[in-house]
Amino acid sequence: MSFLEVLYFIVPSAIFYAAPLILVAIGGVFSERSGVINIGLEGLMVIGAFVGILFNLLFADTFGDATPWLALIAAMVAALLLSLVHAVASISFRADQTVSGVAINLLAIALSLYLVKKIFGKGQTDFITERFTRYDFPVLSDIPFIGPMFFTKIYNTSFLAILIAIIAWFIIYKTPFGLRLRSVGEHPMAADTMGINVNRMRYIAVMISGALAGIGGAIYAQTISGDFGHATINGQGFMALAAMIFGKWHPLGAMGAALFFGLAQALSIASSSIPIIQDIPNVFLLILPYVLTILALAGFIGRANAPKANGIPYIKGQR
Amino acid sequence: MSTRATNILVPVISVILGLIVGAIIMLISGYNPIDGYAALWNGIFGDLYTIGETIRQITPYLLAGLAVAFAFRSGLFNIGVEGQLIVGWFAAAYVGVAVELPMIIHLPLAILAAAAAGALWGFVPGLLKAKFHVHEVIVTIMMNYIALHTTNALIKTVSGGGDRTESIFASASLRSEFLENLTEFSRLHYGIIIALVMVGVMWFILEKTTLGFELKAVGFNHNASQYAGMNVNKNIILAMVISGAFAGLGGAMEALGTFEYVSSKAGFTGIGFDGIAVALLGMNTPLGVIFGATLFGSLKYGALNMPNAAGIPLEIVEIVIAVIIFFVASGYIIRLFLLRAAKKKEAK
Repeated sequence: MSFLEVLYFIVPSAIFYAAPLILVAIGGVFSERSGVINIGLEGLMVIGAFVGILFNLLFADTFGDATPWLALIAAMVAALLLSLVHAVASISFRADQTVSGVAINLLAIALSLYLVKKIFGKGQTDFITERFTRYDFPVLSDIPFIGPMFFTKIYNTSFLAILIAIIAWFIIYKTPFGLRLRSVGEHPMAADTMGINVNRMRYIAVMISGALAGIGGAIYAQTISGDFGHATINGQGFMALAAMIFGKWHPLGAMGAALFFGLAQALSIASSSIPIIQDIPNVFLLILPYVLTILALAGFIGRANAPKANGIPYIKGQR
Repeated sequence: MSTRATNILVPVISVILGLIVGAIIMLISGYNPIDGYAALWNGIFGDLYTIGETIRQITPYLLAGLAVAFAFRSGLFNIGVEGQLIVGWFAAAYVGVAVELPMIIHLPLAILAAAAAGALWGFVPGLLKAKFHVHEVIVTIMMNYIALHTTNALIKTVSGGGDRTESIFASASLRSEFLENLTEFSRLHYGIIIALVMVGVMWFILEKTTLGFELKAVGFNHNASQYAGMNVNKNIILAMVISGAFAGLGGAMEALGTFEYVSSKAGFTGIGFDGIAVALLGMNTPLGVIFGATLFGSLKYGALNMPNAAGIPLEIVEIVIAVIIFFVASGYIIRLFLLRAAKKKEAK
């Protein structure tokens, strides 16, 4: 394989693997910017994947081609509802946010597997028939170099992910809502003094993170796995969490990190057919995202600082 | 109501609420909760064999719970028990397969190797926390995945491309004919004794040594400890190392007792994450960990009987456990409720 062929092969699949990570990582950015740690991203993604697949299987005959897109909406709603549990625990009940997130992860995988066994009578669902399909973007795919790399055999969901990342950047940095969101995560008491309802902002942020994680999970299930079982998501949510940190809690940074982690995943799967990489043991590519995240946190790759009030419940009148 | 009473009531109420939620879910999805919980009960206490297996299941839960609880007492959240347990499992199995020695050397060596591997996996986040102020939660989560992929690769190398190692030599095994005969040939092994001794060790470290006092002080307020002349950084690292060693021992229980080999894993064992539940339910005390581990270990093993005896997916128990964690974590709201109930009583 020539270098260019490798590039034409690996770049689209990197974007393909990155799309769900981008969405979930952006969800994490919203939640943590408002001061609520969301370890539960993994669980929210699991629910999204499960509901997406279930909806797709049940309604494929009714809605035809539109099924995968409608399944995204169903998954979004389901994950949003589950994220409310995390919001209630960590905002209103003042629970330890990490513990509540762990509970969400356990609950999501247990609940969805319980329902899979109840509905299908076995450990995983059937394969879906209506998938997102790849296509060549008209006109743009004819551009030399860029065309084959970015615009051939692509998924619309990848565009959706990148679009949402840009919208998220605009919302968080260019709108009053975004300013309030960030202020609540940095110094909630100051925000409260200025008349911002801290808890309401945090509820909204956690719900946005749930919605995006649900969409991300459903995209993963409907493009990459095609069915739902206990190992479908298997750490993708935590990798998104890593992308959020590696991207320094910034929407575009998180997108960049997710694309990079997508590349690592694509390489670890395709490495045996690529000349330079096939000699590297697979395990190094598998652990690369996690090692890089630790290094980023330790300050070796630029300092990554969490929002100041991240993880601290806001109690009115407490200094 | 005294704080001590509420402290005990919160976990008890959480467990009851968890079981009620489980019953409601069974009802909604068309199962009979009484049949379900009866099957669960029989799966735990049905006969001597199941009791033996239940105790076997409790063993790693004890150690995982100790690991989480020990770190919590020093103000650290070790969510990486899962990874530390996996590397401990591998290290113990590797020592068990690689050499053949007299039992008096081989068995302790394998156990120590597991503790050392877990300790190393705890040392990294401890060091990063102490030197660079990196939050240990994220680092330990990442270390979990690094452990999973690294041990899988090592197992492949050690076994010459296979998915599992050979079974360990008998000289490194914790198997006990005595305990097996006692429990109708369950896989109950001597590990339970090690686990219970470790509960004592944790109690001793925390309550009877200077180190334990310093660790708790750092957990309460690290600034005050600093002013009092304690070396906060050293204590943070030590706490993570000891916590990791407990977790590694949990892995040794699986490697030397239950399975006697290590196989590559598609996902996590879940023991480490359940350890968080054990520690929380036990309020991070050694005695509490025994109760927590007994409850969750029993639930986990008993659940295996539910699909056969009542036709209910065993995940229902995982749901119950998750709900229990949720309520224990939300202890504030239960305390508030108890306080109001107590006030009403006084008003009357």
